[in-house]
Amino acid sequence: MLGRIKQMIVKEFIQVLRDKRTRFLLIGPPIIQMLIFGYAATYEIHHVATAVVDRDHSQESRDLVSRFTSSPYFDVKWQLSDSRQLGDLIDQGNATVGLEIHTGFAQQLRKGETAPLQVIVDATNSNTALIASSYISQIALGFARNYQQDRIYRIAPQLAEVMPSVVLEPRPWYNPDFSSRWFLVPGVIGSLTLVLVIMLTAFAVVREREIGTLEQIMVTPIRPAEFILGKTLPFFLIGLFDVLLIGAVGSLWFQVPFRGSIWVLIAGVVLFLLCMLGVGLLISTVSSTQQQAMVTSFFYIMPAITFSGFGFPISTMPQWMQYITYALPLRYFLVVLRGTYLKGVGMDVLWPQMLAMLCLGLGFLTVAVLRFHKALD
Amino acid sequence: MSPTRLVAVARKEIIQILRDVRSLMIVIVMPVAMVLLFGYGVNLDLKGLPVYVLDQEGSQQSQDLLKHFQASGYFHLVRVATGYPEVRRALDDGRAKMGIVIPWNFSQSLRDGGPVPVQALVDASDDNTANVLIGYAQAVVQEYSAELQLNWLGTRGISVQPIPVSVETRTWYNEDLESSAFIIPGVLALVMSVIGAFLTSLTIAREWERGTMEQLISTPVTAMEIMLGKLTPYFVLGILDTIVGAAIAIFWFHVPFRGSFVTLLAASAMFMVVVLSLGYFISVLAKNQFAACQIALIVAFLPAFLLSGFLFPIEQMPVALQWITRIFPARYYVSVLKKIFLKGTPTAMLYADLIPLAVFTVVLALLATRSFHKRLE
Repeated sequence: MLGRIKQMIVKEFIQVLRDKRTRFLLIGPPIIQMLIFGYAATYEIHHVATAVVDRDHSQESRDLVSRFTSSPYFDVKWQLSDSRQLGDLIDQGNATVGLEIHTGFAQQLRKGETAPLQVIVDATNSNTALIASSYISQIALGFARNYQQDRIYRIAPQLAEVMPSVVLEPRPWYNPDFSSRWFLVPGVIGSLTLVLVIMLTAFAVVREREIGTLEQIMVTPIRPAEFILGKTLPFFLIGLFDVLLIGAVGSLWFQVPFRGSIWVLIAGVVLFLLCMLGVGLLISTVSSTQQQAMVTSFFYIMPAITFSGFGFPISTMPQWMQYITYALPLRYFLVVLRGTYLKGVGMDVLWPQMLAMLCLGLGFLTVAVLRFHKALD
Repeated sequence: MSPTRLVAVARKEIIQILRDVRSLMIVIVMPVAMVLLFGYGVNLDLKGLPVYVLDQEGSQQSQDLLKHFQASGYFHLVRVATGYPEVRRALDDGRAKMGIVIPWNFSQSLRDGGPVPVQALVDASDDNTANVLIGYAQAVVQEYSAELQLNWLGTRGISVQPIPVSVETRTWYNEDLESSAFIIPGVLALVMSVIGAFLTSLTIAREWERGTMEQLISTPVTAMEIMLGKLTPYFVLGILDTIVGAAIAIFWFHVPFRGSFVTLLAASAMFMVVVLSLGYFISVLAKNQFAACQIALIVAFLPAFLLSGFLFPIEQMPVALQWITRIFPARYYVSVLKKIFLKGTPTAMLYADLIPLAVFTVVLALLATRSFHKRLE
């Protein structure tokens, strides 16, 4: 039995590694995807193109504008005199943020009234708009607070010293510079592994069926379980190799820290690969052509990545969607990846994720093997 | 070129498409599923995230601050009894995204005067969520602090606004900052890339792999007829998918549609030709379905997903990458989609996107026609 499995593995490796192009496909695309993701995907905003209309021309208004000029989040590219120009710049997509200070801004401040700062934000990208608005509020309120402190200091210097205030001190854990890369790179490792292993497994089995070699194999004394084992083990090893490869790119090239235990991560990878092989096999049992295998895989991959918390927290999704996510192995694997990379937590925290992947993996594989038997009869 | 032969190839392709009912179903269901997926699953409006509260003082004053947090509606507050370790543990295993710690001497410090810190321990491994959470928390604390100061100054006979600037933000094009309005228009580009590039990338590769290409070559049909015959059915499918996707966006998710429908169709037709040509080109080169599918992933799907501004703003990418995005047509198409849907930009103002898109259409179509020769190697 071991001999037959070994033969199967050797055959499979020869098939995958035979030509230069396929060999490249196992290494090239994952690395390219990792690099593009690492550079292109970011939620951070810096140097947002900003236009300012200051119609007050006062010391106060200039002071407020200079706070935006010196902020790393905004790049004041235009100082305009006409608000219509401001609208045009935003319409054309050149400016994302427009600030407008009306005449009488300083006067209102000096009278002790509340002076408005008009802000226009291009919200075609609602996320950028949300974060930019939050930064704008911070800057404007910082200005207002300082202005008022100075004022109180002039009226009653002894009071200004003891006036109470509450300040929020944010302590960003795990990722002190708010780097999107640190957040996304571990997720990319999981997603790329998912895509590669599912597609490899699904295609490999279906190709045999499509070009008719599956029947040839089945007339040999090999048993279905041996066939499946021999078929999937090479992909398991390739998957493991690719995780290490793109993991190395993440750590060495993008400098994402790794704070946990490598063995915990490897345990997670093994369990995750188990799940992915199961899913890939399942897809292969329901597909008779490679095109079917491809569209079916794609139909699984898209939601699997989107729902798993890869880019957005699961807890903000509608409740019915959150239930679906429990059946997605990637959901658990992402927690393991981020846990080991960024948080440096160990098995005591991650065991529920591992257990979930183990159960899902065994479940998928069992169903796949059962279905495979049926498909052969 | 003979119309009869062209029709014959198209008929053959249509029969092949229709024979594989499941693939066809998926192709038809795909746009619906993807729009629903992104419409519901991608939610950047991060309200109601779990926040742990550690009130070390438990006084009237600290309760008062917590009431402000509660009333803001931004957070789902969970009270903590024991102390720091519990908060740390909750952040470690992801049960909490933020922990608010009110110091044990909170009310005393406020009586003594000066700034009193309230800590916000934030799980910044997800930088975007962390940023938004901190922004919300800052707003709550600032408002609380301002109220406090107003009262405090009031009792001392000084009536000034503690924060005398009000930020009046108007968010243009997407007034309610709906994530779905920002995401869904770009999904159409994603759907077309999948249909166009993935499916067609298999058409020629499949003929080679199954050996039917030799039969096709022995007929009098020309290379041009093969290409047009094979691509036309997919073109029709893709355009139908776009219309269905747009309809769901507008009528189900109420994404505003402010531009010209004719321009949308024209741009979509151009982009469809682009992805079809690309897919065909890949198919001719790859000759192997797995390879074709992997290459399509890299050159068609990934750029549409990452380098198009669909999710991540192009202005925030490294400058070198910003230039690279220009060689991928998806960028121009996504830009047209967002402008037509949200901004209602008149067609004449879209030249900066439409001209490059048209150029790509012509170049890629020519490249595809040139790529395939009726020759056995």
